[in-house]
Amino acid sequence: MSEEYINKKIIVKGATKIFGKSSGRAIQMLNEGKTKGEILKATGATVGVKQVSFDVNEGEIFVIMGLSGSGKSTLVRLLNRLIDPTMGQILLDGKDIVQMNKEQLRDVRRKKIGMVFQNFALFPHKTIVENTEYGLEIQGVSKKERNEKAIESLRLVGLAGYEDQYPKQLSGGMQQRVGLARALANNPDILLMDEAFSALDPLIRKDMQNELLQLHHDMKKTIIFITHDLDEALRIGDRIALMKDGEIVQIGSPEEILMSPSNEYVERFVEDVDLSKVLTAGHIMKKADTVKVDRGPRVALRLMQQLGISSIYVVDNANRLLGAVTAQDTVEAIESEKSLSDVIISDLPMVSPDTVLTELFDVVSTASIPVAVINEEQKLQGIIIRGALIGALSGDNKFINTDGTMDSTEQPITEVV
Amino acid sequence: MDELLPRLPFADWIDTGVDWLVDTFGTVLDGFAEVLEGIVEGSVDLLNLVPSILLAFIFALIAGVISTRKIAFFSLIGLLFIDYLGYWYPMLQMLTLVLTSVIFALVIGIPIGILSSQKAGVRKVVNPILDLMQTMPAFVYLIPAIFFFNIGVVPGVVASVIFAMPPTIRLTMLGIQQVPKDLIEATEAFGATTWQRLFKTQIPLAKPTIMAGVNQSIMLSLSMVVIASMVGAPGLGEEVYRSVTQLKTGVGVETGLSIVIVAIILDRITQYAGNRKKKLGGNTL
Ligand SMILES: Nc1ncnc2c1ncn2[C@@H]1O[C@H](COP(=O)(O)OP(=O)(O)OP(=O)(O)O)[C@@H](O)[C@H]1O
Ligand SMILES: [Mg+2]
Repeated sequence: MSEEYINKKIIVKGATKIFGKSSGRAIQMLNEGKTKGEILKATGATVGVKQVSFDVNEGEIFVIMGLSGSGKSTLVRLLNRLIDPTMGQILLDGKDIVQMNKEQLRDVRRKKIGMVFQNFALFPHKTIVENTEYGLEIQGVSKKERNEKAIESLRLVGLAGYEDQYPKQLSGGMQQRVGLARALANNPDILLMDEAFSALDPLIRKDMQNELLQLHHDMKKTIIFITHDLDEALRIGDRIALMKDGEIVQIGSPEEILMSPSNEYVERFVEDVDLSKVLTAGHIMKKADTVKVDRGPRVALRLMQQLGISSIYVVDNANRLLGAVTAQDTVEAIESEKSLSDVIISDLPMVSPDTVLTELFDVVSTASIPVAVINEEQKLQGIIIRGALIGALSGDNKFINTDGTMDSTEQPITEVV
Repeated sequence: MDELLPRLPFADWIDTGVDWLVDTFGTVLDGFAEVLEGIVEGSVDLLNLVPSILLAFIFALIAGVISTRKIAFFSLIGLLFIDYLGYWYPMLQMLTLVLTSVIFALVIGIPIGILSSQKAGVRKVVNPILDLMQTMPAFVYLIPAIFFFNIGVVPGVVASVIFAMPPTIRLTMLGIQQVPKDLIEATEAFGATTWQRLFKTQIPLAKPTIMAGVNQSIMLSLSMVVIASMVGAPGLGEEVYRSVTQLKTGVGVETGLSIVIVAIILDRITQYAGNRKKKLGGNTL
């Protein structure tokens, strides 16, 4: 990952937005390190965004999160200059949009950036397909071409067949799909989504999150996603920026934010997270004790005795999980001169590393031996021990692997002979 | 009693100003008056060439195309009734005067409304003028109209254009400003020009409100016809005015009723045209 060249799609340097008249004095106070509250009191100017710097990698989903009034909407609008920054630079593909004139800016908005709005902002007098065509229409694309692109875009979001309806005739979730289709029809590199799913009810919201992830996977757009919901941020964000009073207080991967909050504010934010919905099997699995199938029952028994366990996982040479054997069966196999594969129990409880804890409960509570965690190639990643599951849910960090996978030096293979 | 402050001769100043305007622009105004009179009288004559019953059917047909069958049917009956009472020709004169005034009011008023919706500066000038125009008693407009255009149909049209314009300006402005902010933001985010924002989004969405303004302008223009007859504008208003001055109650009621019929027809048609879109789910305003 580290040697791979990562293209910075967006670079924001010291962006500041001050609302209100006496912005000169406000800037001065800002440089003196005064807080948003002090500046408001002294000058009457509101600091919307305060000296924010960050960058967004090409193709990533960058989530901006924060409480109401923390400056999320203002910040995202600085990126396409729907709001002009008071100070700072905003580079899109290396070009500073703050320096652009009207025509250049319009061109960037038409070609490079799409936007999806919290309350959909569909045109009520236009049909669904006309709404979707909007961006192309104002670029002067021919009727036929824009119609084709709009229909394709609607198909992508699962709305084929609704072309001639009006927005009012659609449910909220469908309307936001149109909002998404309208933004995608222009084929922009960057999508700005300001609380795009906040107006939807929880179930629809989850569907939309999944669909966004799917679309992102297929289309590789750079997405800036605003939300005030931590669960949503953790679900969809590659990286998350946390805002408070116009400032970014922490940027990091979901795990980093969750496991090592950089200050009290982030900690408070993170405190209420329902860990069972956020943590996955990968977070709590422990390395598994295994034996290769061709080592035979004697080696297996010895391993179990050494480790003081009553069953052990059996893998093939490529570390693919074949099953498990119990100590008792192994003794019988030795006595009757059978091989390990004759006594293997292949019908084991198995989960994938990204199974969330809520879905793990049932499996773990009914299993008689630890649940195996395997990846798509059937390779054994680790095991879930009941104690670790309960420990992690109680918020005890020692049961949690911070990066969601185990360290590669800790390969789950024990070959003590 | 000695006055502490000298009385300023406002009335004299205004008279002087108007005189200067008449002197300076007299020829232009005369030319304009002639053209306008030609248009109005020409239209009346043209309409009068068509037999009244046939014309009533044509009007009803137009009403039916724009609005509903019910309104078309009412229009037919109403117009035939006016014809039966014998006020067909004055009705045509009035209708022409009203429609001419309204067309002028819209041609001038809608652009002013659009402009003021876009520029706060323009709004600051236009709003107080509109307030003033709407509080001024209607017949005050007749005085400058007479000064510039003597008597007859032209001062009538001019006075009723001025009188009928404010609602169109105001509601055009209002309708455009009422377009939700997030829709405006969407147009900007997609890179629309000011022109595109205005004509593809704001004006279409403001249409019902603008139509409500048009409707009010028509009604105001109709209410002006009786007053305009005081400066010699012909039509049903003139008949009403004469019946009042000559205490002919019966004629007064007949002519008054005829005006009301025309008013209802115009009102219903324009109201319907303004609200039509709503049925298609086409509007949220
Ligand atoms: N046009 C404006 N004029 C003055 N102040 C503004 C304006 N827009 C935003 N603000 C102020 O800037 C700050 C940040 O607002 P912003 O809308 O960006 O917050 P947000 O994080 O998006 O909040 P929410 O979750 O409620 O949408 C707030 O204090 C707000 O009052
Ligand atoms: Mg917001």
